[in-house]
Amino acid sequence: MKQNKRSNCNLQGNETNLRDKIVISRKQYQIQRRKRSNKTSEHPHAFQDHFNKLLGGIRFADFPYMSIPTLTSTFVGGEMAIRRAMSGRTAVVGARSMSSWWRSVEPAPKDPILGVTEAFLADPNPDKVNVGVGAYRDDNGKPVVLECVREAERRIAGHLNMEYLPMGGSVKMVEETLKLAYGVNSELIKDKRIAAVQALSGTGACRLFADFQKRFRPDSQIYIPVPTWANHHNIWRDAHVPQKTYHYYHPESRGLDFAAMMDDIKNAPNGSFFLLHACAHNPTGVDPSEEQWREISHEFKVKGHFAFFDMAYQGFASGDPERDAKSIRIFLEDGHYFGIAQSYAKNMGLYGQRVGCLSVLCEDEKQAVAVKSQLQQLARPMYSNPPVHGALIVSTILSDPDLKKVWLKEVKVMADRIIGMRTALRGNLEKLGSPLSWQHITNQIGMFCYSGLTPEQVDRLTNEFHIYMTRNGRISMAGVTTGNVEYLATAIHEVTKSASTC
Amino acid sequence: MRRPEFTSSSSSPTDRRLSVLVRHLATSSPVMDSQTTVTFSPTSGFHGDSVFSHVVRAPEDPILGVTVAYNKDPSPVKLNLGVGAYRTEEGKPLVLNVVRKAEQMLVNDRSRVKEYLPIVGLAEFNKLSAKLIFGADSPAIRENRVTTVQCLSGTGSLRVGAEFLARHYHQRSIYIPQPTWGNHPKIFTLSGLSVKTYRYYDPATRGLNFQGLLEDLGSAPSGSIVLLHACAHNPTGVDPTLEQWEQIRQLMRSKALLPFFDSAYQGFASGSLDADAMSVRMFVADGGECFVAQSYAKNMGLYGERVGALSVVCKTADVASKVESQLKLVIRPMFSNPPIHGASIVATILKDRNMYNEWTIELKAMADRIISMRQKLFDALRARGTPGDWSHIIKQIGMFTFTGLNSEQVAFMTREYHIYMTSDGRISMAGLSSKTVPHLADAIHAAVTGMS
Repeated sequence: MKQNKRSNCNLQGNETNLRDKIVISRKQYQIQRRKRSNKTSEHPHAFQDHFNKLLGGIRFADFPYMSIPTLTSTFVGGEMAIRRAMSGRTAVVGARSMSSWWRSVEPAPKDPILGVTEAFLADPNPDKVNVGVGAYRDDNGKPVVLECVREAERRIAGHLNMEYLPMGGSVKMVEETLKLAYGVNSELIKDKRIAAVQALSGTGACRLFADFQKRFRPDSQIYIPVPTWANHHNIWRDAHVPQKTYHYYHPESRGLDFAAMMDDIKNAPNGSFFLLHACAHNPTGVDPSEEQWREISHEFKVKGHFAFFDMAYQGFASGDPERDAKSIRIFLEDGHYFGIAQSYAKNMGLYGQRVGCLSVLCEDEKQAVAVKSQLQQLARPMYSNPPVHGALIVSTILSDPDLKKVWLKEVKVMADRIIGMRTALRGNLEKLGSPLSWQHITNQIGMFCYSGLTPEQVDRLTNEFHIYMTRNGRISMAGVTTGNVEYLATAIHEVTKSASTC
Repeated sequence: MRRPEFTSSSSSPTDRRLSVLVRHLATSSPVMDSQTTVTFSPTSGFHGDSVFSHVVRAPEDPILGVTVAYNKDPSPVKLNLGVGAYRTEEGKPLVLNVVRKAEQMLVNDRSRVKEYLPIVGLAEFNKLSAKLIFGADSPAIRENRVTTVQCLSGTGSLRVGAEFLARHYHQRSIYIPQPTWGNHPKIFTLSGLSVKTYRYYDPATRGLNFQGLLEDLGSAPSGSIVLLHACAHNPTGVDPTLEQWEQIRQLMRSKALLPFFDSAYQGFASGSLDADAMSVRMFVADGGECFVAQSYAKNMGLYGERVGALSVVCKTADVASKVESQLKLVIRPMFSNPPIHGASIVATILKDRNMYNEWTIELKAMADRIISMRQKLFDALRARGTPGDWSHIIKQIGMFTFTGLNSEQVAFMTREYHIYMTSDGRISMAGLSSKTVPHLADAIHAAVTGMS
């Protein structure tokens, strides 16, 4: 007889003990047992009631063949039957597998970015500042829903059904999105040369491309800048595309290491795949200048490299979406075929809606149709078709000229506030007499500032001043307000004033 | 040298390796030249080829292609019985009243923001979803042994679960019923699992091949994963009885087979949320572990919002928490965090007693309309004296009926009667109405009597 470790079955006990000791659902039954301790002999159906509850109220008598009801029906019949049942097969409670299949699963490390907000939320200090989160905040530190979005939602609610979108998503939304990236009057759009599908924000667009790259260029690898958004590494890893890195950030100048970057581009094998941040590089805020982009584009032509742009901040960087798409327009002029991941998380504040777009520029319409169909084949076993709500918001706004104007204004407001905070933070630090150079705060662009703070300095900021940021020293300028910029500057000054370099 | 062709079905590792060899053997392969000029480079402007010029067009999705064909047909009597989406008596898509109400509440609440959800999704939604499928008093929930993560409807929940299994489970084989939803094998294959089948549908009886099922599961290697349709099997509409479920459960537990439930029709099948969850609850009640993918596409009519949840029932709370942390690592590089809108609607409804009750009533109305369509179709065929036993129409359950018609008969019905369905003879009862049942019955009758 197999000893069922989970039961405290003592076959030598008397009837009452035996009933007490049968453990099916250990904790639950123990609670009930304690309650019933003096009444067991009056409740022949106690077990049955217990199981009725387990099964959500379904009546027991309906299921004569279950082994658990077998146990209890024999229970109702008498304890001798129970002894028989327990002594024989132990078919009842997870009999075979005494332990979980997942016992050996290791706890995963916390996400380095999202863990910061968790820690911030747990901090009771009233002066705490969250400059870790990559989400826009207004000058009161509050999240913002754009007015154009509210209006779009009002128009949508109650009027449309919730049928499945096609696998490639909302055609209307994709069309409008391509205009943003490729230009309103782009010939490529007219000639239908762009294979494009709605994707789950920037992450989903990158992942879909990575899977596509794996399937159709299985011998390729991806070159990723150092540093980059941490999740880029995860995405291409999970798509099983090997990764290499290329120089990007220059710590000494807190700017672009252009020479080293060009070297890496030249030394990579011809036809390599490169991930480029179209604007507002995350996490450094350091972008190539227009001249530098032209040099990069030229070298890509010489080497035959494939450019994949991650554009998560169009409009958010300079305040002008056309200006922020400059890198892409340069590559278009130079005749490259490339891919783009676009996101509306930041520039339309649609973070949680997960709205984005993946596009791949092709030779002709026929190829675009083929590529799009294959992208859909990858989307189908991942999520079948993308969520409709966010896409409706985007297409409602972008296809209405008045609403689109409102959006453009609101994007500029967000970008301007950030630029203003950059100026204020740098100004405060200089006013405090910091020995270090803080020029990079206003040189860098977009949501993030790569402060140059070391992990130890960041820890001090957190522990002593309750200021939360990622340990690479990345400050989300969106979290800086007129209310906290002085405090932030003071704290940064404190932890850096004794350092000769940062 | 011709570039190798790539279709989605030919992207096996062997094919890919062959294609790499072929490209390297090609004399004009551009990647072999180290100091090439601009014209030979793969991505250089309009002079060169795109690096994806070898990509060929993928075949149309067999299910969604039916609607495409239907849309093209100008006939006034055309009938779309392909789509797996509920239609009213007027043939219109339906947004539940309670869903509209919830939406309005969300829109009017100016305090709501659109921030990122956590990686695992909306916490309230997750808790309520677990309660819905496992029962409010489920000991597994009370003991914190369940981890639930919000995913993109049923598809997304299956994919996240399968990716987790491919990374952390000792067995790489998943057994799926024959037949099953067309997307199942693709989901599991792409996740890195190896797909095998077990007998399920018996064409002779148009019912369950129970013996075959037991034999096939009985001979599966210990620990294999088994996909189970919680209720309203898609595409056949054939479900095991509760007695049969119990036998399946015993067999599976005795062989330590891991159950992976796909629950896409809870409440939609019989009209009762609890009854439709019985199979799942039986497995949870025995204390063992299982995976459950839930979808709100049909039972709340939230199709395009992509709302679903993956639950993993574990032996201990500690294990459940570790599993959750690993599920996050699957989700983050796939879509970072799930969409907020649909989950907010579901949570709004499930947590409010009145709205929940309203929902159950609307849900039962949908299920009842489908059941009445089944009866009407059965009666209509009997009235016409159509040869054959059509009782399976009223025995099968859920949105679909596996008519038993073959592909020639289906093609005939499309050609002559403008009736659109998948070529395996599956019809969506949701697409029928009292007005259109006679037309369908005529078509079936003609197909069965006119053809051999």
